[in-house]
Amino acid sequence: MNPRYRPLAATTLIFVVAYGLCILQYPGMWSTRILGNFLTDNAFLGIAAVGATFVIISGGIDLSIGAVIGLAGVVVAVLVSHLGLHPIAAFGIVLTMSAVFGAAMGAVIHFLQVPPFIVTLAGMFLARGLASILSQDSIPISHPFYKTIMDLYYRLPGGGRLSAIGLLMLLVFLFGGLIAHRTRFGSYVYALGGNPTSAALMGVPTGPVTIGIYALSSLLGGLAGIVYSLYTSAGYPLAAVGIELDSIAAVVIGGTLLTGGYGFVFGTLIGVMLQGLVQTYIVFDGTLSSWWTKIAIGVLLFLFILLQQLVFSAHKAGARLKKAAA
Amino acid sequence: MPTDFRPADPGSVGNRQPETSGADANVVLVAKGIVKTFGNHTALDNVELALHAGEVHALLGENGAGKSTLIKIITGAYTPDHGEISVDGVQVHFTTPQQAQSAGIGTVYQEVNLLPNMTVIDNLFIGRQPRRYGLVDRRKMAREAHRILSQYGLDIDVHAELSTFSVAVQQIIAIARAVELSGKVLILDEPTASLDRTEVEKLFEIVRRLKARGLAIVFITHFLDQVFELSDRVTVLRNGRLVGSETIGDLDRTSLVRMMLGKDLAFVHAELAADDTEPSSPLMHFRDFGRSGSVNPFDLTVHRGEVIGVAGLLGSGRTEMARLMFGIDTADQGALNIDGEKISLRAPQDAVSQGFGFCPEDRKVDGIFGDLSVRENIIIAMQAKLGWLQALNRDEQMEIAEHFIEALDIRTASADLPVKLLSGGNQQKVILARWLATDPRFLILDEPTRGIDVGAHAEIVRMISRLREDGLALIVISSELDEIVSYSSRVVVMRDRSLVAELRGAEINPSSIVRAIAAQDAEAAE
Repeated sequence: MNPRYRPLAATTLIFVVAYGLCILQYPGMWSTRILGNFLTDNAFLGIAAVGATFVIISGGIDLSIGAVIGLAGVVVAVLVSHLGLHPIAAFGIVLTMSAVFGAAMGAVIHFLQVPPFIVTLAGMFLARGLASILSQDSIPISHPFYKTIMDLYYRLPGGGRLSAIGLLMLLVFLFGGLIAHRTRFGSYVYALGGNPTSAALMGVPTGPVTIGIYALSSLLGGLAGIVYSLYTSAGYPLAAVGIELDSIAAVVIGGTLLTGGYGFVFGTLIGVMLQGLVQTYIVFDGTLSSWWTKIAIGVLLFLFILLQQLVFSAHKAGARLKKAAA
Repeated sequence: MPTDFRPADPGSVGNRQPETSGADANVVLVAKGIVKTFGNHTALDNVELALHAGEVHALLGENGAGKSTLIKIITGAYTPDHGEISVDGVQVHFTTPQQAQSAGIGTVYQEVNLLPNMTVIDNLFIGRQPRRYGLVDRRKMAREAHRILSQYGLDIDVHAELSTFSVAVQQIIAIARAVELSGKVLILDEPTASLDRTEVEKLFEIVRRLKARGLAIVFITHFLDQVFELSDRVTVLRNGRLVGSETIGDLDRTSLVRMMLGKDLAFVHAELAADDTEPSSPLMHFRDFGRSGSVNPFDLTVHRGEVIGVAGLLGSGRTEMARLMFGIDTADQGALNIDGEKISLRAPQDAVSQGFGFCPEDRKVDGIFGDLSVRENIIIAMQAKLGWLQALNRDEQMEIAEHFIEALDIRTASADLPVKLLSGGNQQKVILARWLATDPRFLILDEPTRGIDVGAHAEIVRMISRLREDGLALIVISSELDEIVSYSSRVVVMRDRSLVAELRGAEINPSSIVRAIAAQDAEAAE
């Protein structure tokens, strides 16, 4: 097997084994109902993590995702509840706004050659600050359209429900995979993560691609914010604090190399699901503090970084031997 | 510079274009009056270049002569301050590499070339992937990739990652990409630097075939033999100025070297041939020193004031030996005695504290800190040796840096310039300065002259001799036998990860080294 598939294979294996163990202990976890909830509960995280996957494959990082989710939720709530706009119009505005916000960050990163860490950190403060200025408190959204959407679901065999937002997340993953592996833009993202200088010399339009990557990440952040507002029927400026880190964790656990150049959108889905599995297990257990989720994620993350190091250094050593033998 | 092993055979350049005087009909690209300055440093001053269809045009010059700058201007990576470029008689203004590519100019760069993390297909097609229904058509790309590479005699798994292939194969892929993309002008920047002889032959065959197809090929190299073997015309730059453009038939090696340097190399040889003095006292002794899977145990005594040349083919264990001696890899057997005292090298710090220095083979990756200034690069080993508590202040640092910039004639506009902006030869000198600043007693140089040109080459060779006279012990690994012969007081030969021969005195000549490498001596067998 190609060594770069190993982290992904390992993640998938761990997920299957862990799920199997959970089922052995709590047979109730083997149901489409649980699976459906998995998707619904983690929809916003998953959508945001798809954006983070692109950013990380390109060798960058986006710390503003959580703040963008918070801001998007508050703006939707203000537009719908205070200004009386129809949610669909509000969604359009929020998505456009988010994409422009991300594009601006990408432009700063590219044209001013500022490290993405700093730029998106600034973006994080900016977005979170803006959200808090718009409202200090949670703004409830009680538009009938919200209820309609949340009542939409597809009944899975076994009684589970695939909700609209769960389905949306799956679609985002599908589109993400398609973009990553089957479009020019996707190949440019990998090229940028592999070696930005080579990429530029080979004719990859690094500027537009960088801007596109961060625009996509913020766009999906905005979408995640909308989903979060649907999920909670409210917009809250302090929503999704730290989600950027959860999504980075999901991306890395999913086999994407933090230094860029290698990775899979599908892996991120597994990464998100693994986090959801830990949460569900804790709910089933009932006695554990929910903070055990974080501990479990920490351990998993550590394991995966270790695994990647092993795989990639073995890969390199192998290549060196081959070269020496030649 | 080496005398010829394989004298340039004019007959080997079979289908040379007869130079019809003033035949501008087949001129593909003309660059005229090109000027480019960086700050107050003039990199190119009124330079001209004309490329004809169906010719191999060698672009030569010392480090810092402006070759790379000129290439970057032609390929749109830089924009010139003055001057004009025309392709097929039409004036062009490139601001990005893409524009140059679509105008027909393809480039294979020396060091950064492709994307090792992506597949062969991606590397061939990125930027212009065929699409179907808006999506990239991978099947079509795979088919095309096979078709393209078969023209170059390559039958490989095009879905495999580029990094799984040898440098030679990657090089061919880079050429294939450039030719597919451009089709008029192909620029090869030091394409043979990391290839062995058979790979070079193969590459030349490909270049000749492309020439026959009517491409104008720019060939940049520091191997003069290859210039005579492959090219039809030569343009020489020196210090950012055009020295001249000649048909190869009108030149011999001496006149070419004179064009490049503005001086003859003879005195360098004379100076080097002299020394045969016996080294003085032994400094250290590696006994049964080895590491399983890396280098078989070897015995070697190093004396003060001697240069030990290490010869051997690529992969014979030369570099591994150096890494072991410097503590980068730890020896799992044998011992090192310095002045009778047993020393263990567990990490490079141990070696540094013993007064060792190491200039690695791949200076871009293992040697320089590209973004740090020349000053910082020179100071760093010394500072590491002193320990971080005794920080050198800026003035002291500056003084040391200035001293070495002058002593080693490092060409840099200022000591505060990032070292990555310097040319290869000057970077090598910076690394040498770094170790000399630590006042070492033992220096290991791994291919110190690789990838740098004639003038800097001679300077480095002279420097090695000077250091030896100062009482340093040096171990120099080199693939250039003439070079080894010229400065070594002893030569050890590596083969199959073992030290197989030690040559002294009159035995030190290229043919006996070659014999030892090739194991033609019966008693050399283990």
